[in-house]
Amino acid sequence: MEIKDDNISAMCRPAVGEAGKTGDWRDATPVIDHGKCIASVKNRPACYLCWLYCPEGIVKAGIPIQIDLTYCKGCGICAEECPARAITMVMHEEAKK
Amino acid sequence: MSNVQIMTGNSAAAWGAKLCKVQVVSAYPITPSTSVTETIANWVERGELKAEYVRVESEHSVMTVCVSASTVGARVFTSTSSHGLLYMHEQLHWAAGSRLPIVLACVNRGVGAPWSIFNDQQDSIAQRDTGWIQIYCRDNQEILDTVIQSYRIAEQVYCPVMVCYDGFVLSHTMMPVEIPDAEAVCRFLPPYKPHTILSPDDPRNINPVIFPWQRRDAEGVLRDGYMDMRWKLQHALEGSRDVVVQTCRDYAELFGRDHGGMLWTYRADDADVLLAGMGSIATEATTAADLLREGGIQAGVVGIRVYRPFPREEVREAFRNIPAIVVFEKNISYGYEGALSADIKAALYGAGIQAPVHNYIAGLGGRDVKAGELAEAARSSLAAIAAGKKEQQTWLNCVTE
Repeated sequence: MEIKDDNISAMCRPAVGEAGKTGDWRDATPVIDHGKCIASVKNRPACYLCWLYCPEGIVKAGIPIQIDLTYCKGCGICAEECPARAITMVMHEEAKK
Repeated sequence: MSNVQIMTGNSAAAWGAKLCKVQVVSAYPITPSTSVTETIANWVERGELKAEYVRVESEHSVMTVCVSASTVGARVFTSTSSHGLLYMHEQLHWAAGSRLPIVLACVNRGVGAPWSIFNDQQDSIAQRDTGWIQIYCRDNQEILDTVIQSYRIAEQVYCPVMVCYDGFVLSHTMMPVEIPDAEAVCRFLPPYKPHTILSPDDPRNINPVIFPWQRRDAEGVLRDGYMDMRWKLQHALEGSRDVVVQTCRDYAELFGRDHGGMLWTYRADDADVLLAGMGSIATEATTAADLLREGGIQAGVVGIRVYRPFPREEVREAFRNIPAIVVFEKNISYGYEGALSADIKAALYGAGIQAPVHNYIAGLGGRDVKAGELAEAARSSLAAIAAGKKEQQTWLNCVTE
């Protein structure tokens, strides 16, 4: 049987992707150059400003950093904030593949 | 033993809130509502009311405090007037859309420009479509009793309630008011149970973006679309009529005072003409009806007590066999007519009632409305109706040339 929401006001439990797979809103895709990214180059935790500034919380602060493209809307803030200029926003990246 | 005190309408509203043991009060002062929350602030400061009094920088913030406090399960009260209410407008929608049983005392005052501190009902009428229940009171006793009733209505149907009463005419006029026994009020009003229990162990996103369509969330639960949520609110307001009537009935049984459920009537049974209105102008109309009867005209009064939800059926019943209807009101829906007149006509249409409806816009910005003037207006309308004029809009006591 279908589980229906019986709330009288709009609310939901916080969960990954509760607003849908927002990655398909994206025009420009962040592409990481690991030859420039400080964490990758130094092989240790670094600035992680991309992780800090991402409004969607979809940057994983690891070595190397990872961006979850299922939910990335392509805003470009990570590219703008990166002190090493390691992230480039590429238009219609998926269409090229 | 009954406890009768001489008090203003604003004191009566404050007393109503106190007896309901409100837990959070937030307000920003504005004439003529200021002394409602001033009185409450005093009680809180002296420890006579165990409530959190939250001071903020604007009415917009007042309603956000009310929304937040009500969401986590507190019984919430506030009061405002005129520009304060207009400044809350966005948050009024937010309160209703979140289905929170907030009670607000709206002390009716005209709206600028130009500035006026005096009474009419333009402020609350302008909030008609926010999803709030609106109740209009005609004397100070009714204000106190209605605040208490409003919490029971609001917490049952999960809709906010605006208790409206005329600025100065009631807010600053002293009348004898019986203060009900606090324990009896507790028996009448069960504790507030929020529709959702919020807990850090079970966090929620409240009012996230909602789409035009229904959608399955991350857990696979089918969520309403925006329109489905709007229907639930409309359905709740439409359904609140029965709760309003039952609440009034229960209150009358317990406290001996019945202010009418959705509407009240005065000498209406054998009437040939019915005067209609909301709030103090309807009280004034009862004196006008007496004057008309002294002059041989069988007049009566229909007082609309609950304006939203509109008493559709009750209005049809009250006006069913009446040859003439005269509506007096302290608001104007610019570019059309008085809001009450338009709504009464709309209700009659569905029942095929063809009675002429004459509309008087009166008392805007505190212009005095005397019973004799209402009686005279009704007389001239009856003459015009006899001459075949089915519709008429008149600005009473106003230079219109």
